[in-house]
Amino acid sequence: MPMEFINKKLNKSTKLILTLLLVLACIILTYMLDKGIIGTSYTVRIVRIAVIYSLIGVSMNLVNGFTGVFSLGQAGFMAIGAYCVGIFTIPVDARANVYYLEPISDKIAGFVLPFGVALLMGGLLAALFAALIGAPILKLKSDYLAIATLGFSEIIRAVIANEQMWPITNGSLGLKSIPGFTTLFAPVLISAAGITLMVLLINSSYGRAFKAIREDETAAESMGINLFKHKELSFVVSAFFAGIGGGLLATHLTAIDSNQFKIAVTYELLLIIVLGGLGSVTGTVISAFMISFGKEYLRFFDAAQSIGGWQIPIFRPGLRMVIFSLLLMAVVLFWRRGLMGRKEFSWDGIYNFFRKWPWRFKKLMRGDYKTEAKTKRKSIAAGKAIDSAASKSKRAGRKADKTADREKKKEVKADAE
Amino acid sequence: MQNNAEAKPNVLRVTDATMQFGGVVALNNLNLEVNKNEIIGLIGPNGAGKTTAFNVITGVYPPTNGAIYLNEHMIISNHPQGKMKTLYAGENNGKHNEVKVLTPDRITKQGVARTFQNIRLFKELTVYENVLIAQHVKLKANVLEATLKLNYKEERVMHLETLRLLEILGLIDVKDYVSTSLPYGKQRHLEIARALATNPQLLLLDEPAAGMNPQESDELMHFVGRIRNDFDLSILMIEHHMQVIMGICDRIYVLDYGSLIADGTPAEIQKNPKVIKAYLGVEE
Amino acid sequence: MDASTFFQNCVTGISLGSAYALIAIGYTMVYGILRLINFAHGDIFMMAGYFTIFAIVDFHMPWYIAIIFVIIATVLLGVAIERAAYKPLRESPRMSIMISAIGVSFLLENSATYLFSGLPRAFPELGFLQKVYHIGDISAPIVTFITPVVTIVILIALIYLVNHTKTGMAMRAASKDFEAAKLMGIEINHIITITFVIGCSLAAISAILYFSPRPMVYPFSGLMPGLKCFVAAVIGGIGNIPGAVVGGFIIGIAETFLVASFPSLSGYSDAFTFVLLIIMLLFRPTGLLGEKIAEKV
Repeated sequence: MPMEFINKKLNKSTKLILTLLLVLACIILTYMLDKGIIGTSYTVRIVRIAVIYSLIGVSMNLVNGFTGVFSLGQAGFMAIGAYCVGIFTIPVDARANVYYLEPISDKIAGFVLPFGVALLMGGLLAALFAALIGAPILKLKSDYLAIATLGFSEIIRAVIANEQMWPITNGSLGLKSIPGFTTLFAPVLISAAGITLMVLLINSSYGRAFKAIREDETAAESMGINLFKHKELSFVVSAFFAGIGGGLLATHLTAIDSNQFKIAVTYELLLIIVLGGLGSVTGTVISAFMISFGKEYLRFFDAAQSIGGWQIPIFRPGLRMVIFSLLLMAVVLFWRRGLMGRKEFSWDGIYNFFRKWPWRFKKLMRGDYKTEAKTKRKSIAAGKAIDSAASKSKRAGRKADKTADREKKKEVKADAE
Repeated sequence: MQNNAEAKPNVLRVTDATMQFGGVVALNNLNLEVNKNEIIGLIGPNGAGKTTAFNVITGVYPPTNGAIYLNEHMIISNHPQGKMKTLYAGENNGKHNEVKVLTPDRITKQGVARTFQNIRLFKELTVYENVLIAQHVKLKANVLEATLKLNYKEERVMHLETLRLLEILGLIDVKDYVSTSLPYGKQRHLEIARALATNPQLLLLDEPAAGMNPQESDELMHFVGRIRNDFDLSILMIEHHMQVIMGICDRIYVLDYGSLIADGTPAEIQKNPKVIKAYLGVEE
Repeated sequence: MDASTFFQNCVTGISLGSAYALIAIGYTMVYGILRLINFAHGDIFMMAGYFTIFAIVDFHMPWYIAIIFVIIATVLLGVAIERAAYKPLRESPRMSIMISAIGVSFLLENSATYLFSGLPRAFPELGFLQKVYHIGDISAPIVTFITPVVTIVILIALIYLVNHTKTGMAMRAASKDFEAAKLMGIEINHIITITFVIGCSLAAISAILYFSPRPMVYPFSGLMPGLKCFVAAVIGGIGNIPGAVVGGFIIGIAETFLVASFPSLSGYSDAFTFVLLIIMLLFRPTGLLGEKIAEKV
């Protein structure tokens, strides 16, 4: 089969160099954005939101995409982190101004924490709450987790806005004068560190156990994996980083109130992970950037637009969110794997992707770009590969046929996509 | 049905295990022993309660009554409680007062591994990952150590062990294939590899030769014997291929309608009129 | 709390509980058959609220025609959602279909904001429903007294449908074993459509009864009732219709009394529902009337 495409691998040192170059490029880009060499302060704002949403998106994907447990509490955990950072980092002299309706509680009035400590505390508090919700529910069918976490995030909002909490949270007035970021490096580095830690976790033996649970709970349990322990672990780690993300968001916005953590935020995050691919970290990051930039640049949808004096009737407030919810539906219905499926970015992947283009082109030139012929050949090849592998037990005949059949179906499906 | 006379220590001892779903008795008063390095067959017509027996031994269902010992340590024990007290239709009521119900993962940790009748692989993962995941049970490092790769030595051992198992099971050439793309027979091999990766003392095979042709099942038979020796295992297997069962098992237990109707060596079982009756129906 | 306040709260609680019960039935039936938490159900309920406003305020329909219009419109919406968003995903992993349900919920909320603006709209008077009626010391709009009666009648009719008709038998079969029911020649899509028709018409009735004593409808007014009613379904035992009614009553009454007895805690009345959920799952995960389902290995 001269036309069969063979994936090649790059050698390790090349990959290392490429990775270092990529990291360097990111650092330089961050530096240039930070110093205003490229982009405007507007771009910097969007990049900041995008990196924060990448972190929170990956944290959500850890539970939903990698462990297969449906959790919808991200907005609540973010609120905990955000309020932790908000309450404890507002400078003492600014507090009277913020808590003007009801003065801040005496116990915390003079208590200011450094940003890092407050951030960490927010993460830990979110993780603690996650552990408490997860304990009764993750032992049961995890279906209920979706509803319990959704309820939890609404409760958090209710508690924050409640009268008794005013001396601490300032209720519905929200918090302002939160010291903002002085450099773009802070959110970028913190998010990168968080994502890296989660990637390391996913690639560790524990992460493999998560994936096993996602694939088949019964089989995972019979392989000695404690379902509750691992689901709870994944859920708590996810909440921790959602809390950290919320804290970053508070610092980014400098003013927060409980309405910023409505369930719609969780739904937007769901859109990010579904679009990026449930079970792909790089997919999530890419889609977090796409959605963050998209949301900003599509703002014109919400404003009245007119062509030559004629007002186009569909452009009015709310259209943007309708489009995003339609996008979520469209991805789930027609493009379930999203951008990346369960794949991750790899240099080999990129390398082969570009190698494939001339190959595809050549094939097109030969004129045998017929779907049927192609799938047939591919499936025979696939069957053969398995055959040769099974040569030790020789008689794979009928079985291999079956597999080839299945392969063929898969190929057809893949082609149809 | 007690044969404690054997000098070999028993690895698995099931006493009075009864499993009742509502009013349906799926398994009635099962007594069974597996001695060290034995291969034991568990046979019976469809719906006789064989897979239920496996599910009880591996902790998927807590038995309604009865106890299970692994190396003479009790791992499971239960007696009818609550609603079951009035519904209970089995025997030996009240003998197993202690209540001990371990979840399947704990039982696997104690050294019992199993395969499934309707293959349950980690579908979208590769052959290699399937076997690697199963070694998680042996992991000593905690989450932090594992995340920060401080257990790289342990990880390396796990990877080497995976390769070794795949080599033994003849799956090394297909290690990067998605597990469900393998032919049926290979998937069964992979399930065995995965079970072996948990370092079991006792292996439960649920119809390992199902869907195989005579030659394949013949090979499987030799293969089971080989892994018994190589991995120092005791094996309990459910199988319908009489050729396999008779050819390899040291002893056989026969179930019918949830109850044990016979046990003994293959030769004894072949002659047993009750077994013949159960399989071929009554001749009047 | 004196006796008359107590009875007043009882009436309010039972009425609220009945409205919840009607929504909870929709959740429990869909979950029973599709094993799907229909996140959009609360929003369908919200849309029914809007439909009522359109019928009465914008189209000037008499109240009896308006009710029929609302039920039909809601059912059409629900069935269309099922066809477009759930049916294509029947063979997909469970999570996909739940995400699709969330997508629908998100879409309905955002579309309502876009089409009807985010500002709340006043709920109109429906004929005699809002007339205040007095029984002894208790005074409440007539709708408060009617709601429980409607719920009980519907419950009895549904129990009859499920237990004594062919359709009901098919429903029970589908909820026991979806695949086997299919193999037995049950038109599964037909059954699912019927389930959605029932669920949505109950949501429509509930919306009329629920919003009547309340001042307005806004795009997110289905969110909290929706979540609470799913909890009600879980408390009663998911998949069990009388259970959903019991759960609805428990939540409605408990919520009313919590707010009445501890006015300072009224901000936590929503939170209370979820505390109830967690307590329930800890002590009786199968719900009050639910049966344990053994998973097949």
